[in-house]
Amino acid sequence: MSALAATLPRRPRRRALRELIITEAKCAWRAPVGLALGVLVPVVLLVILGSAGGLQKIIPGSNPPVTYMTTYVPVLIGLVLVMIALISLPIVLVNQREHAFLRRLSTTPVAPRWLLAAQVVVNLVLAVVAMIVIVAGATLFYHVAAPAQPGGFVLSALLATAALFAIGLFIAAVAANGVVAAVLGTLFLYPLIFFAGLWVPRQSMSPTMRHISDYTPLGAGVHAMLSSMQGSFPPVQPLLVMAAWAVVFGLAAVKLFHWE
Amino acid sequence: MPDSGTISVLGLDPLRDRAALRERVGVQLQEGTLRPQLTVAETVSLFASFYPQPADTGELIDMLGLGPKRNGYYRRLSGGQKQRLSIALALVGNPQIAILDELTTGLDPQARRETWRLIETVRDRGITILLVTHFMDEAERLCNRVAVIDSGRVVALDTPAGLAERAGGGNHMRFRPSKPFDDRVLTGLAGVDRVEHEGPRVVASGTGELFNAVVHALNAVGVEALEVQLESATLEDAFLRLVQPSPDSSKEVTTP
Repeated sequence: MSALAATLPRRPRRRALRELIITEAKCAWRAPVGLALGVLVPVVLLVILGSAGGLQKIIPGSNPPVTYMTTYVPVLIGLVLVMIALISLPIVLVNQREHAFLRRLSTTPVAPRWLLAAQVVVNLVLAVVAMIVIVAGATLFYHVAAPAQPGGFVLSALLATAALFAIGLFIAAVAANGVVAAVLGTLFLYPLIFFAGLWVPRQSMSPTMRHISDYTPLGAGVHAMLSSMQGSFPPVQPLLVMAAWAVVFGLAAVKLFHWE
Repeated sequence: MPDSGTISVLGLDPLRDRAALRERVGVQLQEGTLRPQLTVAETVSLFASFYPQPADTGELIDMLGLGPKRNGYYRRLSGGQKQRLSIALALVGNPQIAILDELTTGLDPQARRETWRLIETVRDRGITILLVTHFMDEAERLCNRVAVIDSGRVVALDTPAGLAERAGGGNHMRFRPSKPFDDRVLTGLAGVDRVEHEGPRVVASGTGELFNAVVHALNAVGVEALEVQLESATLEDAFLRLVQPSPDSSKEVTTP
């Protein structure tokens, strides 16, 4: 550092980051893509499923006994995550790169990665709020027992969140524009949410399908969360599968991300 | 990454002292949009938070004439208002140097004049402005020094008037003589470089007090200069002479 630079007061990093987060939160509220897809859609689905008859029945042969409705709670959490991490986050990020907002930031003392951090924080908050609404709603209104193993449940949900956000950031890293980001997000979304069990619950999948599901981030996530809801700490395998997805896609995103 | 040589801006190395330099240099980019969902005041406050000693945001917004649009969303602003907001962001960190890129491209003549007045205000506050422009009249009016850049190389650096003269421009006096006269009456004069005929008209080119010198010399031989037109060499003439014709020739100008 030159003498001139050394006389400067410390840069107000913390204030800049706080302002960026507040700003991103305002934008997320005023252009509520994440709010609509990531919170509203899963909650509406929860209400529809909860109001449908028959889902309160115990699944025959389940041990410990569990209702169909209970098995849908981790699937709806998976839906929250694909909507927010695979659709909302990458599209916002790629749009800002496309519109050179990141380049505009890079002419200021604030590095563009802070904007990335602020957007991840805002989307994480949105995802956590949505997950809490799903679990609380299911417990309070639709006769689902609260997770019997809360620590294991939170750990499983957090690992699923990490895996999905890593995939979302990877999409933002490789997509050239908003349209490509939307297409890539959708390409990931359908198989991931399918193997999570949105259409065919994992219990009803064929052994081969369930085996594939075990190695997808949300299949593993649903497996781990459901175990925690039923009272046992999640097995190691699904936790490791989620961690692996988080690490591999997280590193790839960091390696491939470009600012302009 | 430079392969050789050094760059020094305000005594700082742009690579080594990247962050420190960014606090002292404000940049306005030609391309790029801001967040459509933010208001003018929110955008300016956000950028103010990036700098250690930011300008007073309310004052800055007023100075740029954006006061009435303070709470208007970025997406609702007109082209000129977006441009002024972009200038505000270049100034919000209280920079020593502001780089303004193609400021008035796409603005209507009135918005252009307003932007010029604004730049003069900023300049008079002691901020060095590096202005990138393709408009010669803009450079001539706003800049103390002009650098002409042709295909990435500086081909000339001088005051606007100096450039115009150096490029062989000088002044032109066009007139119709009341009766024919010998060219040598004028070519012998100190300030006259060239005498040309355009049909019934004569064009004398030179520097300094061309008009008085020509009129006096003609009077001495009993000739009157009628329908006189005077033209000064402009930066545009200089530019055309300095720059090789190429599809993407561009120029930049600076003003301290």
